[in-house]
Amino acid sequence: MKHTKRFYLQLIFTVSVCAFLMIPVVLSILAGVTENFFIGISSGFTLRWVVEVWALYHKTIFLSIGIALATLAVTLLIGVPAAYVLARRQNRYTRWIEELMVLPVAVPGLATALALILLYGQFRGFRISWTFILVGHVLFTLPFMVRSVLAVMGAIDLKTLEDAAASLGATFMQRFLHVILPNCRQGILAGALMVVTLSMGEFNITWMLHTPLTMTLPVGLADSYASMRLEIGSAYTIIFFFMIIPLLVAMQWMSEPAKARKPSHG
Amino acid sequence: MRHIALLLPALTIFSAFWLLPMARLVAVGASGEMGIAAYWAVVTDERYFSSLVSTVVLSAVVTLATIIISGIAGMFLQRNRFFGRSFLLATLTFPLAFPGVVVGFMVILLVGRQGLIGSVTEWLFGEKLVLAYSMTGLFLGYLYFSIPRVILTIMAAAEKLDGALEEAARSLGASPWQVIRDVMIPGLKPALISSGAICFATSMGAFGTAFTLATKINVLPITIYSEFTNYANFSLAAALSIVLGLITWLALALARSMAGSTVAAAA
Repeated sequence: MKHTKRFYLQLIFTVSVCAFLMIPVVLSILAGVTENFFIGISSGFTLRWVVEVWALYHKTIFLSIGIALATLAVTLLIGVPAAYVLARRQNRYTRWIEELMVLPVAVPGLATALALILLYGQFRGFRISWTFILVGHVLFTLPFMVRSVLAVMGAIDLKTLEDAAASLGATFMQRFLHVILPNCRQGILAGALMVVTLSMGEFNITWMLHTPLTMTLPVGLADSYASMRLEIGSAYTIIFFFMIIPLLVAMQWMSEPAKARKPSHG
Repeated sequence: MRHIALLLPALTIFSAFWLLPMARLVAVGASGEMGIAAYWAVVTDERYFSSLVSTVVLSAVVTLATIIISGIAGMFLQRNRFFGRSFLLATLTFPLAFPGVVVGFMVILLVGRQGLIGSVTEWLFGEKLVLAYSMTGLFLGYLYFSIPRVILTIMAAAEKLDGALEEAARSLGASPWQVIRDVMIPGLKPALISSGAICFATSMGAFGTAFTLATKINVLPITIYSEFTNYANFSLAAALSIVLGLITWLALALARSMAGSTVAAAA
C-alpha cells in the first residue's frame, strides 16, 4: 500500500515521541555498563557498577519486594471483600465509600505522608518499622485493587451465580470461596499485578515515611542519583528496569486475552 | 444487609490511616502562629503564592502540550497498521511504571550536565546546552510521565470512534482540520477531559521528578517538602499540602462531572 505524505509526517512525529521516551532509557543502560560514561563507550564495558550497586543497595531491593508482597496480601484480604459489597449493594452510601477510598490517589502522596507522620510519627516503634511504609502503600494501591475487581464483578451476573449456588445449599462462605472468587480471578489477577507494580515504584509517599534503615528501591535510587556517580545511578536503574519488565509483560499479556474473551460473558 | 461486614476491614484501615491523619493535618494546618490564616498564606504570602502560580501554570502547559502530542501520536497509532507499530506501542507502555525519581534521572541523562543533548551541542557549537535543572527540565520530565498515560487513554477512546463519520465529513468536502475540530475532538472529548485532568493533577503533585531535578525550583510539592524538613514549619507545610490536595481533587472531580466517566489519578 502506498502511503500519503501525511502518513509519513505523522510517522516521523510519533517516532520522535517514542525516541524522547526511549533514548534516555538506552542511555541509562549504556551508562550503567560503561567504565567511564564521561569519556564514552570507548572506555570499555564493565559489570563493576552493577556489582557495586548490589553491594550498596541489595537490601532496598529485598525490602521493596517484601513490602510489595505484603501490600498485595493486605489489599487482597481487605479489597476483594470490599469490592464484593460495593458490587452487590449499589446505593448512595456505597458510592460514597467508593469515592472516599479513591482519595489517597487523588490527593498528592506528599499530603498523605505528612498526615501519617503528624498523627502516628510519635509512636517510635511504628514510625521506624517497615510497616509504616506498608500502610502508605496499602492506602495508595487499594483503590486499584477494588476497581479492578469491581470491573469484573460488574461484567458478570453475580446475583444469578450466587442464587444458583445458594439454591443448591451452598453457605455464604462456600459461595464466596468457590463461586465468586473463581469468577473474578481475572480482575483479581489484574489488580494484583497493578498493586505490585505500583508498590515497587512508589516514591512520593515512601520518601517521607522511610528511615535510613527502611530504604525501598525507589528511595535508594533517589539516594544514588543525588550522591553517587552517574554510572552507579544508571546501573541501579538497570536493576529496576529488570524488576518491572516481567510485571509489565504480564499486565500486557493479561489485557490482551481479556479483550478477546469479553463477549463470552454475555 | 448481612454481608456489609465484609466492607469493615477496608473501611477501618482507611479511616484509621487516612481519614484520621487527614483530619489531624487540617488541624495542624491551623495550629501555627498564623492560626487558620495559614490557609490564606498561599495567596497572601508572595513566596508561596508565586510557588502556587508557577506550579499551576507549569501543570497547565504540560497538560496542553501532552494532549496535543498524544492526540497526534495516539490517533496515528490507532488508525494505521505498519511494520514496527507494536514496538512503538511497547516503548509507550514501558515508562508507565517509572517512579518520578527515575523520570527525573531520564531527563538528566537527556539534557543534564553529562547528558546527550549537552554532548551533541558541545560538539556542534562548542557550548553545552544544559536544561535539566530548570523549569524546562521539569517541563520535559512532566511530559515524559504524562505522554504514555494520555496516549493509551486516547487510543482506547479512538478505538470506539466511528471512522465512517470522518469518511462522511471528508466526502462532504471537510478539510483535515475541520474533520479534527468537528468530528474527532468532539468524539474524543470525554477521554481528553479525563486524561487531561489526571495529567494536571499528577503534575501538580509530582514530587519525585522535581526532587531529582532541582530542589531549588519552587514548585508547590518542593516548597511543602522544604518547609517540613528544612524549616520544621509543620503547620505551614500542612496547610499548603491541604491546599494542594484540594486543587488536585477539585480538578479530578470537575473533570468527572464534565466527562461523565470515572476519573482517577494514577501514580
